[in-house]
Amino acid sequence: MLKVDRAQIALNVMSGLNKTEATLLQELEALGRLVSAAKEEIAAMRVENVDATHLPAATDELDEVVKSTANAANEILDVCETLENLQPTLAPEAADTVAVCVTRIYEACAFQDITGQRIGKVVNALKQIEQRVRETTGRYAPAASLPARSAPARTEGERLANGPQPVAAASSQAEIDALLASFD
Amino acid sequence: MDKNTNVLIVDDYKTMLRIIRNLLKQLDFNNVEEATDGQEALSKLRAGNFGLIISDWNMEPMTGLDLLKEVRADARLKPIPFIMITAESKTENVVAARAAGVSNYIVKPFNAETLREKIEKVMAHA
Repeated sequence: MLKVDRAQIALNVMSGLNKTEATLLQELEALGRLVSAAKEEIAAMRVENVDATHLPAATDELDEVVKSTANAANEILDVCETLENLQPTLAPEAADTVAVCVTRIYEACAFQDITGQRIGKVVNALKQIEQRVRETTGRYAPAASLPARSAPARTEGERLANGPQPVAAASSQAEIDALLASFD
Repeated sequence: MDKNTNVLIVDDYKTMLRIIRNLLKQLDFNNVEEATDGQEALSKLRAGNFGLIISDWNMEPMTGLDLLKEVRADARLKPIPFIMITAESKTENVVAARAAGVSNYIVKPFNAETLREKIEKVMAHA
């Protein structure tokens, strides 16, 4: 009965419209159906695989990379310290050569710090993507709870803590020395 | 340069602490203590007697810049030379560190010669 009434009302309204108004109404109806379908599609997306499995798995893998390189760097440092302890037993020339080589290895091992910081930036980016995916799908899926946004950096030190720059954009030690000297 | 001075090195990467400690040992600095963030460093500084601070920037819960500001705001700690060793190489970072009173600034990755040179320079002015 209700359906008949609605159909009759619609017929009455439509009959009172001119051609342009009727076309506009049809287009609005089509647009409404399109929006409704899009909402249903977003709500039905199986994003739990992305935000519950794929992204956490990716961050876990990257954490493992950091741990593995840290372990490797520490192994190398163990060997260096053993070599340094041998120095007093070596001839002076050989001891000097060992010292120079060990220093170069120490310098090279700093890679672990830089790569760790770069990977940390990627992990943070993945976490941001994860949050955005959850927010977008959460709007149309009532069961999903939205995670809280991370608090903004509070101190100047936190605001400026951005980690290593891309090599092409990073300042060299000479450029930093020149900048510091310009203040004197 | 007094190589018996107590040096505090601050970095959240244990490997980097070990590298800097070993490089300092090669420079005959044997009195070296470690901290893994600014807050721990500040506690050690207030409890001890240090002649040089070498700190990273990017640490939680207190960054190296915030540690530097705390040190410069403390009458007893204020004169201690403070070297920042960090991957933060943007001009704005160097300017902020300078404004906060950094003694010198080393960008990672660094070499032993740069570390020696900067230590000599800041200790000469201490």
